[in-house]
Amino acid sequence: MKWLFGIVAGLALAASVNAQEIAPDALIKSVTDDVLDIVRKDKDIQSGSTKKAMDLVEAKVLPYFNFTHMTKLAVARDWRQATPAQQKVLTDEFHTLLVRTYSKALTEYKNQTIDYKPFKMQPGDTDVKVRTEIKQPGGKPIQLDYYLEKPDKAWKVYDIEVGGISLILNYRESFANEVRQGGIDGLIKSLQAKNKSGETVAVKK
Amino acid sequence: MTTGRTLAKRIATLSVAAGMIGLLGGCATSGNPKDPIEGFNRAMFSFNEGLDTVVIKPVAKGYDAALPTPVKTGVSNFFGNIADVFIGVNNLLQGKVQEAASDGARFLVNTTVGILGVIDWASDMGLEKHDEDFGQTFGRWGVGDGAYVVVPFFGPRTARDTVGLVLDVKADPVANYSHVATRNTLLAVRVESDRAGMLPADKVIEEAALDKYSYIRDGYLQRRRNLIYDGNPPRESED
Repeated sequence: MKWLFGIVAGLALAASVNAQEIAPDALIKSVTDDVLDIVRKDKDIQSGSTKKAMDLVEAKVLPYFNFTHMTKLAVARDWRQATPAQQKVLTDEFHTLLVRTYSKALTEYKNQTIDYKPFKMQPGDTDVKVRTEIKQPGGKPIQLDYYLEKPDKAWKVYDIEVGGISLILNYRESFANEVRQGGIDGLIKSLQAKNKSGETVAVKK
Repeated sequence: MTTGRTLAKRIATLSVAAGMIGLLGGCATSGNPKDPIEGFNRAMFSFNEGLDTVVIKPVAKGYDAALPTPVKTGVSNFFGNIADVFIGVNNLLQGKVQEAASDGARFLVNTTVGILGVIDWASDMGLEKHDEDFGQTFGRWGVGDGAYVVVPFFGPRTARDTVGLVLDVKADPVANYSHVATRNTLLAVRVESDRAGMLPADKVIEEAALDKYSYIRDGYLQRRRNLIYDGNPPRESED
């Protein structure tokens, strides 16, 4: 029986080493390649099915996103005045909004290719930036950068910059404005209303 | 040259007018220090949006649908090649001699081998395309953003970039082309070619924005900051 235990232990060890060894740049590349492969073959997504793109994003991309950190960054200093319950609702609603936006972007995918820039990292780094570029026929290349952190075992994305515009930080001013006008609950209400209006549009499509 | 000067003057007048109306309407703001004339800006934003919805966007959609990709690429390259000259000048003004030399080489290669810029051989040769303008040069020199301004027809700018825009237009070979009919055609094609390139972003912005005005404003401000630092700005604080 000892040999069996040896194999099981060996496999478990191999699996955990494997999970730790995925470098942030390799992670971004494999997720991007995975997603684009599916989009290239999927006629529904290409013709604008946000619903199908959302399923794809939920399955392939979300496990690597840290939504709590994203929400915290967007809500900024008002985050501390939110109760844990409010923080949870905010995170859920912001999550929905980001997934919908990301999915919409996928439905606009034509035949761009992604270039991965050289990536450097010190051993022990827990906060890195992976730089890529979208090449599109007939257009200027667009810079697309991912910020990743490694709070414990695995790398997670906490911000995305398109052409130097952080998709997360871009919400700061309007979120702060909502909080100034209607408090944390006011912001929650606006996010919920925005997500609801998105739903009806998605159904119409 | 006269026509270019008039166009530049017109923008300057509009911007001054913008500033004045902004001062008068100074109370209509939500207290954002970067956007002191928000009331005026929102009005100009809806004006530009209206113009876009009625004229510019429909034409861009037609342009995008009617022309095959190689043609669109050629058009975009053609205007990009003309722009490279002043991108080089601005790199020089910012003391980036190597980049300026590369821009000059790009222009030479693409104008000749690339048949008046239609084919972008230089990029294939590893001469990277840059993005510079007078607003960025002033930023490099340490001129602050100043207030955010939505300029009629041209869209989002900062006060500094509005001054930059006047110089950009003055230096723009297309806007200064002496044959008026050709100039106008070229200007129109350039607007539509640029707009067509932005079409995919439209729907994503609609999907993303709680308030389109501030989403575009904050995106513009972030983008400019990024460009001034040539893609490597210091990261904003966590909160």
